[in-house]
Formats: sequence, structure tokens, C-alpha cells
Amino acid sequence: MDETLAKKLRILADAAKYDASCASSAAPKRAAGKDGLGSTTGAGICHAYTPDGRCVSLLKILLTNWCLFDCAYCINRRSSNVRRAKFTVEEVVNLTLNFYRRNYIEGLFLSSGIIKSPDHTMELLTRVAKSLRRDHGFAGYIHLKSIPEASPWLIEEAGLYADRLSINVELPTEASLERLAPEKDGAAIQNAMAQIGERIVEAKAEKRRFSPAGHSTQVIVGADATTDEALIRKSAHLYGSVGLKRVYYSAFSPIPDGSAILPPKPPPLQREHRLYQADWLLRYYQFTPDEVADASEDGMLALDIDPKLAWALKHREKFPVDVNKADREWLLRVPGLGARAVDKIITARRHATLRLDDVARLTSGLKRARPFLVAADHRPVGLTDRLDLRARLVEPATQLSLF
Amino acid sequence: MQDGAVVATLQEAALPSPDSLRGPPSPAEGRGNARAPQSILLRPGADLTGFRDAARRLIAEGVPPEAVAWAVTDSPGLFGTETAQAPAAPLALPKPVAALIPQVIPHRDPERYGLLYALIWRVCHGERHLMEVGSDPLVHRLHRMAKAIGRDLHKMHAFLRFRRAEDATGEHFVAWFEPDHHILEAAAPFFVARFRGMRWSILTPEGSARWDTETLTYGPPGDRASLPEGDGFEAGWQTYYESTFNPARTNLKAMRAEMPKKYWHNMPETAAIPALVRAAAGRTDAMIEREPTLPTRREPARAVAAMADQDPKTLEALNAIIKRTEPLVPGATQAVLGEGPVGATVAFVGEQPGDQEDRQGRPFVGPAGQLLSRAMAEAGIDRGASYLTNAVKHFKFEERGKRRIHQKPTAGEVSHYRWWLDRELDFVAPKLVVALGATAVLALTGKAVPITRARGPFRFDRFEDRVQGFITVHPSYLLRLPDEAKEEAYAAFVDDLRRVEALGRELAA
Repeated sequence: MDETLAKKLRILADAAKYDASCASSAAPKRAAGKDGLGSTTGAGICHAYTPDGRCVSLLKILLTNWCLFDCAYCINRRSSNVRRAKFTVEEVVNLTLNFYRRNYIEGLFLSSGIIKSPDHTMELLTRVAKSLRRDHGFAGYIHLKSIPEASPWLIEEAGLYADRLSINVELPTEASLERLAPEKDGAAIQNAMAQIGERIVEAKAEKRRFSPAGHSTQVIVGADATTDEALIRKSAHLYGSVGLKRVYYSAFSPIPDGSAILPPKPPPLQREHRLYQADWLLRYYQFTPDEVADASEDGMLALDIDPKLAWALKHREKFPVDVNKADREWLLRVPGLGARAVDKIITARRHATLRLDDVARLTSGLKRARPFLVAADHRPVGLTDRLDLRARLVEPATQLSLF
Repeated sequence: MQDGAVVATLQEAALPSPDSLRGPPSPAEGRGNARAPQSILLRPGADLTGFRDAARRLIAEGVPPEAVAWAVTDSPGLFGTETAQAPAAPLALPKPVAALIPQVIPHRDPERYGLLYALIWRVCHGERHLMEVGSDPLVHRLHRMAKAIGRDLHKMHAFLRFRRAEDATGEHFVAWFEPDHHILEAAAPFFVARFRGMRWSILTPEGSARWDTETLTYGPPGDRASLPEGDGFEAGWQTYYESTFNPARTNLKAMRAEMPKKYWHNMPETAAIPALVRAAAGRTDAMIEREPTLPTRREPARAVAAMADQDPKTLEALNAIIKRTEPLVPGATQAVLGEGPVGATVAFVGEQPGDQEDRQGRPFVGPAGQLLSRAMAEAGIDRGASYLTNAVKHFKFEERGKRRIHQKPTAGEVSHYRWWLDRELDFVAPKLVVALGATAVLALTGKAVPITRARGPFRFDRFEDRVQGFITVHPSYLLRLPDEAKEEAYAAFVDDLRRVEALGRELAA
């Protein structure tokens, strides 16, 4: 690997790191054919962690950070003075294969600034994926960032080679999009996501390959005044309308050479964390967006407690819940009990009456769960109603702070 | 597992302790008798075979867990051929139990065999559903051990780093890794599945694994010093690691939780961590405090304007794109484009090209096309003045001997090609669109509509009221009918086309 390539890698990895998604999961299990390279495991693998605590799973780079768009939150906007570089298709293929062979990565996450036109750029991205698959028999994970402004037939083609396609919503409202990302078009984003969603469903039914690991999006948190409630409602809408696998929330991060129309300070990282928890409640805990809204104050989730606990504290009359009798739906509402713990409780209680010690062996969140639970030898008399319950359950504030 | 792993009940000759000299109890002796524990010797590491054989025999002989002492030895003298006994019959265990055993065996905890045997014993003695009781202390402990193995395996798959070496026979990749448990053999298949075409070796302090692109072999412990030097890609990987780190989000606790320090010395990228962390706060402050700058480059106004102008402007431009795009289902010789004048009053949309169309690269030239031409002529439609195209642009077929048998496109394939049909019809701008058969209707409406019921004039929502629609059968349908029905169906088809002709004439006026 020569110095020029290393220099490009430095610039184009730096330019790509603001995308939060790094998942290498959900692809159908594959193994390399004879003389082939690459496999997918289903759950994905994080091959390293950087000091920001985030996982390095895929080689996350841009094909180029030259860009004709001028999105205020983006380090690569055309008016930014950042250093620019452009990989050739062959360079990206070569880097991916060589990193993969040394077991550094699960595959490639390729995105790009818009050069010449959205179609031209999309064609280049697809050429990389196609070359990896066709010319090199590469069976590892490929995530392509699709360009919603590209012609629909190009998205059709990209899905044939990628495990995952994603299109970033970036900003939750049309007004913010207009103000901060003038070249982007909310309707085009929605249409392209709908197209991908439809095609994934059809291909699954017809046992063909089209973005088999689903599609996802990213929304930036804290670059505008959108509330948590609005963000969660937007996500719920996207999960329902276009069948998204994941919404990634990315706390707006200060960037070198930031734009003057952005807030000077980033939002607390804890906000992003709470949004993920709320998102989880939607997808795995049968919460409705209204219930998430109910767990927040003035549309914002509490930073010091998780949204499930916040909801439970507001609805103390529904608790305590009996671990030995309650429906799954209600066990899922107990703070501290995860979906897996709930399933284990339900299986175990068929054969045994559960005491508090037993529950402790089934979940690691007993401390939070205790005031909301009844077990064979435990009843939280009065505890559920204590006024200082919230204070007793607050997490130490240092958890995700900067230092 | 190592082949030939042997379970030994301790045999007289090898035993130092007189208590243990008792031979295995007969089943009749039963359990509960107060007697010295029976010792089982297993090989070091993850001796699944040895454990399985012993467990089968112990259960068959009714030996309770408290009467077994499990021990590990690598002294080969204790595994004489004299210990080979007739293997006991396999145990029928519930799936979750059978699945758990190999997940716990690699654990380094010396109690693992005893715990697993206690589980098997209880499962075989009235607690068939024991695995479902996750709250049971034994089950809980075994689950935690299995989880530790899962984590160790996962970290080995994740954090192992290969280095490339080259010798006379070609390239070879070598890694050194120090797992917490005895997992080399459990971890190796992952690397085979992933790096099948590469020659590689994985060295650990307990043993090594080697893959030559065909066979996996295990060997003696490796030596870290025998690793080749890192190359330019290793340096490149460090560059990548440094660049993908966002200093504004520094969170060492999260990093260490997932990537504990004990792994670092075998991961080249971690050398960068101290410097990254030292500089992080300063870099973040600098970003926040720096005043926004003015762009130094001039605004690329023309490029920005040109960027939005990417759509094909003519039917030829669109056709060029269709032509250079590969078929969704591989096999077709070429894309078959629409044919006829732009501005034609009537456009006919068929299903997909057939064998003849695929060879000649023109629509409706095979048997069905010829039938269509004949019917059009009878109905007074000038084929040359009409536009003819297909919903799907590539021939899909199944090969039977020398023949290529047409296969109907799936709904997904129709959607895949729909964008082009849309644009194509926009360019041609006909006044009347005739859908020939169900696939064409599907392409134009997005849903399945029964042809027999919808036959005749039809409103395709997508055109609003700008373009009239008409539905009839596909001519290939006529070819497939039995002879006695053909004539009548053909006449009805020609009738339809007469109505199309009349409608077209009316619209053209």
C-alpha cells in the first residue's frame, strides 16, 4: 500500500466517520466457495473499537469527499475547506480485499459525495460492489449508501450486489431539510426508500437477492430544534411505511470547519442513547409512539433515566407486576427486564415458582425491576409509591459524558 | 476434537490410590452406595469425545454425580489401549442439553465436566425440562459458562489479525492469538468458511491450526516470535483506525468494555490509542471554538446546475441505458427495446421478449408476434405506425435440451423493469395504451387484474386522463389454446383490435 493510497484513506475515512451505522448483521449466512473469500455470520462482528467506544466492523469510507451538495451539517459540503480526495473503483476493491484477508473487517460500507451527478456517483458505487462480487468472488458484507436523487433503475441494480442499502433521512422535517440541506428533496428520499422496501419484500418472496440484510437510515439529532417525540414519531412512521430495519440516531457532532448556521455545541451524547432506547421500545417492547411521547416531558426524553422507567414512574398504578402470573406484554413493561429476560421468565415459571433470587439469575436489571415486581417471596410494599423512587433509580450521570 | 481421545476409568495398573482400585460398579450395585468416587481421566483442553463416552457409561451404570471425580491429564501412560471398553449406547438428551454440552466443554474451569454430568444426571432422572428453568443455579452457571465461551469465540473471530508471508509456494497468512479458553478447534471452522481460498495458520499457546485451502490440521503450540512482519496494509489499517475515530465522542469505558486491554498487544491498530486519547480533548475544543470559515474555492455554480440535469432526454438516450444494463435474470442475449415511431397514437405493451425476439433484438417477431401482425392487419391497424414494446426487456427462459422455454416474469421482475416502461411511454406519448395480457396490466397498474373481466377499455390510474387504456389478451395465449377454441378466441382478439383501431382513430382526430 503506497503513500498516495494511505493519504486518500486518511481523508476518505475521516470524511465517512460521521455516519453512525456500522452494522454487519442480518445478511443471510454465507460461506466462501472454493477458492473464494468471505462469509457472513448473521449477527455481524465488530473487529475493533476506537476510543469513542464505537465498533469498527466495516471499512467505512467514501469513494470521494468532493461533493456538489451543500448540506450545512456535513463536513464534505461543497463550501467546506476540508481536504479532498477520490478513490478509483479499483483502489476501493483492493483495499477491501486486503483488509478483509487480514481479518480487519467484515466487509465494506461505501458512501460518496455527489460528483458530476447523482446517477454518475451511484453507478460508481455499484461498480465497486459488482467488481467485488463478480471479479473477486467476495462473499463478505457490503453496505451501499444509496443516493436518493439517482435514477430508480440504478437503485434496482445496487440491491443486487449489496447486503444492505441505506438512504439517510438526515433531518426529520421538511423545513429543516430545506434550510440545512438545500439540494436534498424529502419526497425523493421517501420514494427511494419505498422503492427499496418494496423490492426487498418482493425479492424475499421470490427467493431472489435484493439487499437481503434490509435497509436503514440515519437521522441527525440536535442540528435543529426537532424534539425526541417528533423523531420517534418519524421513526415509527418509517418502520411502518417503508419497512426499515433500523433507524440510526447520530448526535450532531462538531466538525472541523463547521457551518455558521449550525448550533455551536453538540447535544449531549446521552440524548442519542435515550433515543435508541425509545426506538427499541417501539420495535421490541410493543410501545406505541404515543406511549413514548407519554414517557417524555415537553417532547424530550429524560436524560437521567431510561424511557421505560420514565413511563413506569408515570404509570405506577399499573405496577407491581407478578413475575409468576403476568402476561408477556406486562413483563415487558417492567423497567430492568429485557425481552430475553422476559422470555426466560416465562419459560422457567412453567416449571418453578420464581422467587427474587431466581429472577436475579434471569436478568441483570433486578435493581431497577424490584420496585415494580411481585415474586413468590417479594412484594414491594409502598416502594412503588415512594416519592423519591425516581431519585433512587437514577443512573450516575457520568456514564456517557466526555472527559 | 482430537481423534482417538479416550476415556479412562482408572484401571488397576495405573492407579495409586487403593480406594480407586475398585472397578466400575455393576449397574446392579446401583447408586447411593457409599463408596469412593469413581475417577474419570480426560485429555487436556476440550475433550468432548472423552466426556461423552464417560457420561454415557456412567449414566448406563447408574453412577450419580457425587460419586464421580473428574480429572484431566496429559500423561499418555494413563490412556493405554487397555482402557478401551465397548462404548456405551448414546444418551437421548433433549436438544437444548445436547447443544449446551459442546458450548461448555472448552471452558477452562476444571469443574466443567462435573457440572455437565450433574446436568445430564438430573435430566435423565426426572427433570427432563431442566434446561427451561433458567433460574436453577446449575443451569444458570452452565449458561454463564457457555456465554463466556461464546464471547471468547466471538472475540477470537473478531480480534485475530493475520499477517501475510510469502515463500516459494506463494502467499500464506499467519496469526497469533491467546484465547481465554480451549477454543481453537471450536473457532477454526469460522476461518475456514471465511478464508477458504487462502493458506493460513493460527498459532496459540495451546496448539495451532493450519488450512492449506483443502484440509484443516491441528498441530503443536505456536511461537509468537515466528510471526511475519506487518506490511503496508497493516500500516494502512492503523491509518484507517486513527481516521475513523471521532474525538468529539471519546468514551474509553465503552471501548474497554468491548475490547479489553488483554487483547491489545495482538492488535496492531491499538498502538494508536494513547496518542488519540491524549489529543482528543484539544481537537474537540479546537473544532468547537474555531470560527466558521469562508469557502476558499469558488462556488461551482455550473456543475451544481448541470448535476440536476441527469435524466435521459430522449427515447434513444433511455434505450442506451436499457441496452447497457444487464438482465435481472441472467441468460438473455440482449435487451429488446420498443419499436415504432415516437408520437404513435397507439402503443402496445406485451410481456417480455421470447426466443426469436431475443435473437433478433426486435419485439414481436416470433410466432406470437406474427399472429399479432396478422390480427392487426385484419383489424386495419398499421403495425408500422404503432409503437410496440414489452413490460420486461429481457428474455427469461429455462433450457430444455436445445430449446429455450419461455418463463413468465415474476411480479418482482416486472416491478424491476417498470421504471423504464414508464419513461418510455412518456417519450412516445401515445394517446392509447393497449395492454396485451396480465403481465402488461401488472406493469401498468402495479396489481394483478383478471384479464377476462377487465378486457376492453380501461383506465390506468398512472396516466390519469391523459392517455386512454385498453386491455386484451396476449397473442401467445391464442397459440396455447386447443385447436377447437382457437378460432373463436382469435376472432374475439381481432374484434378487440378493431375497437382499438376505432378508438385510436377517434383519439387521433
